[in-house]
Amino acid sequence: MTPLLLSAYTATTCLGRGLDATRAALRAGRSGLVPCTFETVQLDTWMGEVAGVDAETLPEALAIYNCRNNRLTQMGLETDGFADRVRDAIARYGKSRVGVFLGTSTAGILQTELAYRRRDAETGALPDDFHYRTTHNSFSLAEFTRDYFGLEGMAMAISTACSSSAKVFAAAARQLELGTIDAAIVGGVDTLCLTTLYGFASLQLTSAHPCRPYDAARNGISVGEGAAFALLERCDQPAAGSILLLGTGESSDAYHMSSPHPEGLGAKLAMEAALRSAGLGVGDIDYINLHGTSTPANDAAEGKAVSALFGNTVPCSSTKGATGHTLGAAGAVEAIICALTLTDGFLPGSPGTENVDPAIPLDYLLTTRDGKVSRALTNSFGFGGSNCSLILGVAK
Amino acid sequence: MSRPLTAWIEGIGFLAPGLPDWPTARAVLRGEQTYENAPSVLPAPAILPPAERRRASRVVKLTLAVGLEAAAHAGADVATLATVFSASGADGHNCHALCEQLATDDRQISPTRFHNSVHNAAAGYWGIATGAMAPCQVICAYDASFGAGLIDALGQVVLDRQTTLLIAYDSEYPEPLFAKRPVPDVAGVALLLTPERSERSLASITVTPASTVAEPIGDAALEALRVSIPALRALPLLQKLARGEAGQVCLDYLPPMQLQVDIGLC
Repeated sequence: MTPLLLSAYTATTCLGRGLDATRAALRAGRSGLVPCTFETVQLDTWMGEVAGVDAETLPEALAIYNCRNNRLTQMGLETDGFADRVRDAIARYGKSRVGVFLGTSTAGILQTELAYRRRDAETGALPDDFHYRTTHNSFSLAEFTRDYFGLEGMAMAISTACSSSAKVFAAAARQLELGTIDAAIVGGVDTLCLTTLYGFASLQLTSAHPCRPYDAARNGISVGEGAAFALLERCDQPAAGSILLLGTGESSDAYHMSSPHPEGLGAKLAMEAALRSAGLGVGDIDYINLHGTSTPANDAAEGKAVSALFGNTVPCSSTKGATGHTLGAAGAVEAIICALTLTDGFLPGSPGTENVDPAIPLDYLLTTRDGKVSRALTNSFGFGGSNCSLILGVAK
Repeated sequence: MSRPLTAWIEGIGFLAPGLPDWPTARAVLRGEQTYENAPSVLPAPAILPPAERRRASRVVKLTLAVGLEAAAHAGADVATLATVFSASGADGHNCHALCEQLATDDRQISPTRFHNSVHNAAAGYWGIATGAMAPCQVICAYDASFGAGLIDALGQVVLDRQTTLLIAYDSEYPEPLFAKRPVPDVAGVALLLTPERSERSLASITVTPASTVAEPIGDAALEALRVSIPALRALPLLQKLARGEAGQVCLDYLPPMQLQVDIGLC
């Protein structure tokens, strides 16, 4: 693919709001995970909760979108000056030429979970103030974002569980390359809800400890939430130091709904496709941000795929011990973390991980260290066997 | 500098209330048969092992039915196809069961219900059933889901030169969600799209943005389906294909953006 410019980007997770908070936490090796106290949830697990989401107020004209997921969407958009950069792009290109491509796994389903507690005692009806389209539906965050900026062009949500907001980069890149749009708001937003917390617990995939990716004793994920966005544009001559999307790769496991292919075959296909798309070889990658959920099966399968392709020569880490697993937002959150490694010259460690699993032969980073990164690869894999790898680089 | 969003259609799959497959829909859209409304009939998916076949949910049966019909129509090997699934919602019955249980004191939901709750559940089962390891996209754009799926599928066909199966589908919610989102029944449309013309090509399509109004379907009952089930926003295009007519149609997409489809015959 022709490289695309990330002309603006931002990330908000339990590490804090925006790039400065994120880089400071990653540099310090700090985790944002805390024992789970979300809503009325009673589970022995840890979570990555974003502070202040419910204090966010949507504009009156968009009040119908009000739910935790869209509050976090707005919070993310209004961080690091991202919304202003979007408005600049709209002024340059026009409101039908800026597309919206956002990933999510559960959007605002929390709103429906809460509404089901308030059903009419006689009829069973949901309350009048519950709005399915603008809260629960998977498209709600994309439609909210489109309306927030008064856009009139193409928009879609991609919902492939935990690969969702990596795949948005690939979908937007296609339309930018075709010239059907001139800029794209890409990103992902997922928020804590009962479905995912109790759901991952039902699969025995949540840990009673803060998650420990790639640790020999890893035993499950810590569910997190987050919002991360990038503005993608074509750019013939990017300024030195700017961040580029170099390649995207997608594949399917065709194996199981909730377990990865044990040999990581789909994961390997996605990484190979991303390298092909970028016109790069394995020796060109300086850092890999692993999917690294901290489940025994994911890390073992991903580790096999990465080591089959890269050997143990490329420094890599999962940052989910810091952010938690932000599910449908993870792809975008970790793409932005890669952007920080490229601009700032550091390789993030893995808070929570103490003893790297000796069965997984990778150059796994326990602690953050300085280092020049010119090209970074990031993996995102989801239920249903959906895999996506992205390669980001820095312009010379 | 824009490159056209264009592809060749080699196969069509269809299932809607009263229209169990594409040959029936084609006859009705050609005016050779009158439309009679009836609940959608979902065939048992022969591609699944017997135990899985019994457990398969309505959306899994639906997507396998229309996807396999389109692939068979084109004589394509499903294991090699990239796919784009586009749906206005996930499995409504499964979602209702989860929300109902999470509103009680016993929140120990079933792990199967949880992994079936993801928007890409039908796409996941498609991969398991067909063995396809190619890219698989899963989109939601509420009422604009057919158009969004078509845009992304054409992007993959044009840029990656990859034969791509678009499966647009929707299913109903039970009450009380049905009152908030009244999709009346399951329905799906599948199009097998190729980058090159072949002896199997049925027609070419080229999609461009428009601001015109989608033409209604003449039959009032079919028009009611078009506006109540998002995947069936494709009906004006399918009517042209059924009748073997070249020309233009406008499809409802995302207001104010509409999609103009130019159809060329083979």
